Amino acid sequence: MKTFPTGGVHPPENKITANAPIRPLPVTGQVVIPVSQHIGAPAAPVVNKGDIVKAGQIIAAGKGFVTSNIHSSVSGKVNKIDNVTDITGYRQTAVFIDIEGDEWVDTIDRSDTIVQEFNHTPEEIIKKCLDSGIVGLGGATFPSHVKLTVPTGKKCDILIINGVECEPYLTADHRLMLERGEEILIGITILMRALNVDKAFVGIENNKPDALAHMTRLATGFKGIAVHGLKVKYPQGAEKQLIKALIKREVPSGRLPLDVGTVVHNVGTAFAVYEAVQKNKPLIERVVTVTGKFLKSPGNFLVRTGTPVSRLIEAAGGLPEDTGKIVAGGPMMGKAVSSPEVPVVKGMSGILVLSQDEAGRKEKEPCIRCAKCVAVCPLGLEPYLLMTLTELKLFEKAEAEKITDCMECGSCSYTCPASRPLLDYIRLGKTTVLKMARERNLK
Amino acid sequence: MNSVIPLTILILSAIACLAAVILWFIAQKFKVFEDPRIDEVQEILPAANCGGCGFAGCRNFAEALVKADTFDGLVCPVGGASVMEDAARILGKEAPEIEPLVAVLLCNGTPEYCPQTSVYGGVANCRIAHNLYAGVTDCSYGCLGYGDCVTECKFDAMYMDPATGLPVISDEKCVACGACVKACPRNIIELRKKAKKDRKIYVACSNCDKGGPARRACKVACIGCGKCVKVCQFDAITLENNLAYIDAAKCTFCRKCPIECPTNCILEINFPPRKQKIEAEAALNP
Repeated sequence: MKTFPTGGVHPPENKITANAPIRPLPVTGQVVIPVSQHIGAPAAPVVNKGDIVKAGQIIAAGKGFVTSNIHSSVSGKVNKIDNVTDITGYRQTAVFIDIEGDEWVDTIDRSDTIVQEFNHTPEEIIKKCLDSGIVGLGGATFPSHVKLTVPTGKKCDILIINGVECEPYLTADHRLMLERGEEILIGITILMRALNVDKAFVGIENNKPDALAHMTRLATGFKGIAVHGLKVKYPQGAEKQLIKALIKREVPSGRLPLDVGTVVHNVGTAFAVYEAVQKNKPLIERVVTVTGKFLKSPGNFLVRTGTPVSRLIEAAGGLPEDTGKIVAGGPMMGKAVSSPEVPVVKGMSGILVLSQDEAGRKEKEPCIRCAKCVAVCPLGLEPYLLMTLTELKLFEKAEAEKITDCMECGSCSYTCPASRPLLDYIRLGKTTVLKMARERNLK
Repeated sequence: MNSVIPLTILILSAIACLAAVILWFIAQKFKVFEDPRIDEVQEILPAANCGGCGFAGCRNFAEALVKADTFDGLVCPVGGASVMEDAARILGKEAPEIEPLVAVLLCNGTPEYCPQTSVYGGVANCRIAHNLYAGVTDCSYGCLGYGDCVTECKFDAMYMDPATGLPVISDEKCVACGACVKACPRNIIELRKKAKKDRKIYVACSNCDKGGPARRACKVACIGCGKCVKVCQFDAITLENNLAYIDAAKCTFCRKCPIECPTNCILEINFPPRKQKIEAEAALNP
């Protein structure tokens, strides 16, 4: 069975919502749509207070290249454009819309019919992705049109589609593959056209045998798409690890997958691309797994962006009494939200409700030099050393030890028997080193 | 047999003499001239190696002083005026006038005023917490309270007050080296001009949010109402990003703005109690 060679851990899978079909969440009340739901420059609002908007209408336009458009996910009236607390607790600009009815922009095809044929040129597809505000739905929210634009001098020969979903608990991509497999495969064909490649590999971990079998069966009807099962190992869903696992190419330190002739997109993104190109539908809703061992009815929901997280938790049976933490994303890389009122954004793949017991941290103990963190680091770094260097403020040395390669998967902190906050310090060291490098480049 | 010991001594002495001659020539060849005044200046510096002057240590600062044509921009915050005067005397230059500074915390968000709204279970380190999220209160500008500044202070001039969760700065011990200013990820420690009897009037808030959210997050937040700007007769107060700032160089300690502030975010410290008359006036014009 294929997998990546260095490091990795296998946390308990806890995929309790794997058999829960995707349920659409009814839209009521108010949505709050932040203008920055992607990596890059925030979009600038193009609507004013009091404007009537329809679902799918653009409400904030991106400026520059690495940016994305934001669309209204509902129909209604713009209540105000104001600051809202995002998951980190910091405030950012958002458009508040009071929902009235559910009217969509006329050009959007809302039927369930699957549209196979397309004859768009790569440029048209990339334009469509930009206009529809498509971003990477695996969690990083990198604007997709940027990834599809191959710079001159570089060549892409294989497209990799990420259906790994290696984070415990999350099942959004799993359900999407089972229920919207054909649409995803058409989306992959569209992505292949945009990148001008004739081969695509879909990687799925073998803890999802139903999705793996389903996708393999469907893929026989599509030219150039091969589905591969992968051994279950975290963080296989990371770009560089998936490339290594599937096509045995190694992305050098500080470089991009395009440097080894490949581009990675998530299955969710492939589905969004299908909807944007074939159905004219911008990215205004996504599948979110709402899960947790103590939730009454955990499940997978189709949610409009801007819906408060609290409404999702209500739909899953309400907040259990001894809730310790609400995590946006999976338990490994997700971030605790500062308040349950934060809005759902494009990159939110799951809401995980943890009890007090599960959420607590263990007391930090001295390092016992067992080197487990070194063994599990998928990038071959030395987490214990990077933490110490950051503690001692030896940032030049940390840079020489390639601290900036860290992708913050958290395998080191997860595995440490002394409960040392390795990733917390490495993340601090990484941001400091990146800041230093930026200042150096300015000089 | 008898000649072995004298012979050994003779040979060793010869080698020693030869080595001495070679070493002397090498020493002449690679001699580095060092200005003796550097040692003299270093002698009078406080030897705290705090880096407050912007150099790596006292030796580096001494070298910079000797090399420099004028003392512009070169100040030892620890030694202050007396040390700079001594250095100027040694080097035959003119010492600039130095105003003593003191570190001031621009936040008064105690749990009483700024209630906790979430729980943080991570590492008790301001920089790590600041990178992760906005903090346990609704104010994303104020003090996080994990004491990075206290750890950095080399002069024992700060401690964390467990009751308020805020650092306390001792006016006597603070030498204004600026280590805490650099350590604070939120940039809420300022070096302000030191006044007579350590008197201070300053806006103890860093919240740039609009009035409503700022007030909801903290009872003593600056809401950017601008009342203090209007009442100030000396143009010492400016309002930027919904936050007032009092310029210590222009402030005359007239004590009008603290009464005017509706949220009491302007603090007046080390002043004698107000006279009844002013208080009565304040009661009339709340």
